[in-house]
Amino acid sequence: MVNKASRPTDSLIGHDAWNIQLDKNGQLKHFLTVEGLSTELLTNILDTAESFANINEQRVKKVPLLRGKTIANLFFEASTRTRNTFELAAKRLSADVLNVNISTSATSKGETLMDTLQNLQAMQCDMFVVRHNASGAAHYIANRVAPGISVINAGDGSHAHPTQAMLDMFTIRRNKGHDFGRLRVAIVGDVLHSRVARSQIHALNILNTGNVRVIAPKTLIPAGIDDMGVEVFNNMEEGIRDADVVIMLRLQKERMQGALLPSEQEYFQMYGLTEKRLSLAKADAIVMHPGPINRGVEIESSVADGSQSVILEQVTNGISVRMAVMSMVLGRESETSEGEQA
Amino acid sequence: MEEIATPETLLDKLTEQLKTLLVERSIDQPLMVGIHTGGAWIANALHQKLSLQEPLSTLDISFYRDDFSRIGMNPQVKPSNLPSQIDDRHIILVDDVLHTGRTIRAAMNEIFDYGRPASITLVCLVERSGRELPIQADVVGQHLHLDNNQHIKLTGPEPLEFVVE
Repeated sequence: MVNKASRPTDSLIGHDAWNIQLDKNGQLKHFLTVEGLSTELLTNILDTAESFANINEQRVKKVPLLRGKTIANLFFEASTRTRNTFELAAKRLSADVLNVNISTSATSKGETLMDTLQNLQAMQCDMFVVRHNASGAAHYIANRVAPGISVINAGDGSHAHPTQAMLDMFTIRRNKGHDFGRLRVAIVGDVLHSRVARSQIHALNILNTGNVRVIAPKTLIPAGIDDMGVEVFNNMEEGIRDADVVIMLRLQKERMQGALLPSEQEYFQMYGLTEKRLSLAKADAIVMHPGPINRGVEIESSVADGSQSVILEQVTNGISVRMAVMSMVLGRESETSEGEQA
Repeated sequence: MEEIATPETLLDKLTEQLKTLLVERSIDQPLMVGIHTGGAWIANALHQKLSLQEPLSTLDISFYRDDFSRIGMNPQVKPSNLPSQIDDRHIILVDDVLHTGRTIRAAMNEIFDYGRPASITLVCLVERSGRELPIQADVVGQHLHLDNNQHIKLTGPEPLEFVVE
């Protein structure tokens, strides 16, 4: 089943993007984008993550599920939270983890990306977790790896960050319950450059969220956003009103080309999340941020550290969600499946 | 096929046998652990009948199964809630049906990830033919000989009933 809201293809990386990630049984083989996946599959990821959340709260935070599997972390772009939580997730599943330091690897001696990958394949890796600053990088790799290898997109350019979106959905569900239909979710800030926002919008639509809003200056709203089924606000006070969930985005200065913003101070004046602005949302609204946060640029310190903030909970949830995705991808049912234990 | 006694009858039988065994082995204050889902129902009933002090523990062995790569993830795995200190404890491990022995193997692996118990006593409501591992129960309600293509399943928790297919 393909969700209608997310069907109009990926303007960034092409039409088949969401196609290659399912195997012929409809199970997740790669996780490259949330776009095009079914409500059922996303719910399955969230339910599975719930099981792993229990493990992460136990004294022994490890299960033997992926023993003997090797997972390579390929981070072509800086990351702290994502890389570390992927690594912890893999280790808590008992997989072996290879952190390939791209900046000191042979890639920097002139080896091509495909040569690097083929070498890792020759080391019998089972999964590549890829972060790259080019949109479509994970798809490019998924289209070229050996059949037995799975690829997980840990963020590609401005395109997608599917595990982040899923950990955000998981955080929303844990705080606000299973019925997304009654929720108003506001995404605030640099939507133009945000792979997180793109993936979140797809996920929220697939989970049938009642109302998804995007709040940003006109210069930071991508073209075609209306097709994504969101309500666009240029005024923060209007957009945040009665929201159940407020998701702040980081101002991605490193991706900005040209004069999109007058200054950080002015941005904070207009779109920064202050206690005063937050009071316009519902009294029990939660505040989220994918991190890293720029205090005083998109969010006031007292809000980031306040009682409505679930920013650190998102980090914890990232481990459970990544465990869920890794185990679903590597534990796919084979054609010869049978067997029941008793 | 031989007649299967009702779960209630077998539970009474298990209770008596287990009482005797605990006395024989000089075990007091055992830790009762039920395996999700059917085993937890049986353990709950036994726990009440024996009036055990220590709260009942449960184990979901989904993450320890040896056929994970063949049959994939089972979402909504229940949490295991073993107490933090199981070193030197006498554990009574309870399951509904003992068949291949693989579930018990997985359960013991999980238990040993938490510590080193003094002993594990295995209690099963029904023990059927088809063992694939050298595992046997200490206390059994009923032995059943079933063909490989026959399956017995406990449904519950209210009422507890056997379904044979």
